[in-house]
Amino acid sequence: MSDLGRVVVLAGGLSHERDVSLRSGRRVSEALREIGVDVEQRDADSELLSALRADPPHVVLPLLHGAQGEDGAIQEVLSLAGLPYVGSSAAACRQAFDKPVAKSVTERAGLSTPAAAVLPQSTFRELGAAVLLDALISRLGLPVVVKPARGGSALGATVVRSGDDLPAAMVECYAYGEAALIEQWIDGTEVAVSVVDTGGGPRPLPAVEIVPESGTYDYHARYTAGTTEFFVPARLRPETSDTVADAAVTAHRALGLRDMSRTDLIVDGHGRAWLLDVNVAPGMTETSLLPQAAHAGGLDLGVLTRELLAAAAGRGHTDRV
Amino acid sequence: MSQQPGPDRKTTDAAAATGSRLDSYVDRYATRTHGMTASEVRSLFSVAARPEVVSLAGGMPNISGLPLDVVGSMMHELVDRRGMSALQYGSGQGDPELREQICTVMQPTGISAHPDDVTVTVGSQQALDLVTRIFIDPGDVILAEAPSYVGALGTFRSYQADVVHVEMDDDGLIPERLREAITSVEASGRRIKFLYTIPNYHNPAGVTLTESRRAEILEICRRADVLIIEDDPYGLLGFDGEVPRAMRADDTERVVYLGSFSKTFAPGFRVGWALAPHAVREKLVLAAENSVLCPPAFSQLAVSEYLSGHDWMGQVKEFRESYRERRDAMLDALDDLMPEAAHWTRPTGGFYIWLTLPEGIDVKAMLPRAVTNRVAYVPGTAFFADGFGSRSMRLSYCYPTPERIREGVRRLAQVVEQEMELRATFGAWASPRRPGLDGPAPDQS
Repeated sequence: MSDLGRVVVLAGGLSHERDVSLRSGRRVSEALREIGVDVEQRDADSELLSALRADPPHVVLPLLHGAQGEDGAIQEVLSLAGLPYVGSSAAACRQAFDKPVAKSVTERAGLSTPAAAVLPQSTFRELGAAVLLDALISRLGLPVVVKPARGGSALGATVVRSGDDLPAAMVECYAYGEAALIEQWIDGTEVAVSVVDTGGGPRPLPAVEIVPESGTYDYHARYTAGTTEFFVPARLRPETSDTVADAAVTAHRALGLRDMSRTDLIVDGHGRAWLLDVNVAPGMTETSLLPQAAHAGGLDLGVLTRELLAAAAGRGHTDRV
Repeated sequence: MSQQPGPDRKTTDAAAATGSRLDSYVDRYATRTHGMTASEVRSLFSVAARPEVVSLAGGMPNISGLPLDVVGSMMHELVDRRGMSALQYGSGQGDPELREQICTVMQPTGISAHPDDVTVTVGSQQALDLVTRIFIDPGDVILAEAPSYVGALGTFRSYQADVVHVEMDDDGLIPERLREAITSVEASGRRIKFLYTIPNYHNPAGVTLTESRRAEILEICRRADVLIIEDDPYGLLGFDGEVPRAMRADDTERVVYLGSFSKTFAPGFRVGWALAPHAVREKLVLAAENSVLCPPAFSQLAVSEYLSGHDWMGQVKEFRESYRERRDAMLDALDDLMPEAAHWTRPTGGFYIWLTLPEGIDVKAMLPRAVTNRVAYVPGTAFFADGFGSRSMRLSYCYPTPERIREGVRRLAQVVEQEMELRATFGAWASPRRPGLDGPAPDQS
């Protein structure tokens, strides 16, 4: 066993991404056990807090995706329990998980994000859908991407190429939450850059280029091995590779993130990088992007996670960024 | 959401010319494996398994009434007394004594059968697999009710059958529609291999085929020379205690009858059976031997001990009463709480109610909202091979307590109202865009 002490990996939860989280938890727990870390994997349920209090672990690794995992709630709970944990503070998570807020913050930091509109369901109800949908299309053009303002794994996200398909995409999106982000579609190469910080400051891992067989990196393409081709490092010119790496580190810093994050970007035909999303609890499943980037960067997932755990343990339970 | 290769790509780097698909076997899988993929719906069911969620999705029998002490001592005695055979390989066709008992179990359905014609299987699901395996070539047509059992559709898909659905109403499969379907398939030059039907307390529709229609359907199939696969896992679970007469009781040559102990005893043993005409039975046994050598001896002897040493019919009566109480709770809650525009079936047995919402609602797209509201159901599209069923859902009342059922329906009614409001906002344009073939996990089917 390592000298890290007992580690609790939190996976599951009640968000729509529970299944993804359980897969992430399993994979990371296994990787840690393989290098001798004492790991207990558990769900975030009504018994969590009392169990953590009764037998406090040395450090906690939250791998909860979606609401409650990435919106700062679980981080707040861990802070209240006085437990050190890997990942960003509750305040930083709240900022990053809300896509429109994260968009403003990263734009202010000088990054490009696609033109977009954010509309809650109630606005359509109160002002009438037809006129708003028309306004959206005339301002953003087509195609657009409709996605829940809060959430991940492409759940509820649709690429809309024809105006006729927009209402159904909105309805599908609102099934996941009250607000929708409607973003201009950027044609280009999709890449994801993971950032890790084990104590020496945030550093980018090699960019992963994503080429889904179907053309759309949706839930199916994300979690069915074989349906997406990944290139690590991404097939970018050296200067563009630097641009996306810098963008990911800039986003990580601008949002006040800690330990690890993953930034999803599109590189357009002119080599310009457009930021799409920043994840505070990147997926760790067999098909996820951060583990692939770590591998390409010569890092063992277990060893990397152990370093993150050690850094968090060393930091203690302070929630300062 | 990636697109065309951009001009930014380095094309000189040979090492990066091919990426990784994270599954080095991807080019080796059979065509039929391609449909086996991750889906949002399956992912949402993972949330439904949490106790905070009232799951009206699962089809798990409620076995809480089973006398575990009695079953436990039976198992103990079984190992003590017959351990050498219970822990050994057995016959591919199944234990002879159990096959005799199965004939007795089928008697209330009017079936008079010989144990030689019974093949014991690993649940009736394996019987379904074997029947499909011995009859279906890729492209062959199977007729099935609309909707039909999701587990059967999965099996049919894996053998690359072409499922043609036949409409039902509150009295079950509509004979006239069956005639039309047969005529239309034959006119297209394709071959119908069999009609797959669940006449009693249908999964998922909750309806039962009337006696007169049974005779009519048998007659139609005789004339068109169509074999019938009669799947009957719920036949003994009628709430009035009556057992509907099996079609197999009136035609020994045209009907393959599938039965199961999963709902009348316990699904954990995985024991079911097929009663088939002699020639078909021969093929089933050979196919079963190729598949599993023999059904598990321990499970078979356990079921056999239970049938001979316990008042199993008394237990079935208890199950029936518990399911009736739950059915009543669900119907009462639906009557009280569901918006007027919704309608649903009123089952007289079994586990399921089929709920249909107004035109334009896509219940699959609504599922995340339901899960957020801590209630789950199975979207209707899972029960169609052709993408239909988008405004229907299967609700099961078999597992939760009556109080939880009412709470689940209360939550569902709120979700439906929110969705109807949303549809009203976006109007008729927001009709479902794509068919869905996502099925639930095995314990939900």
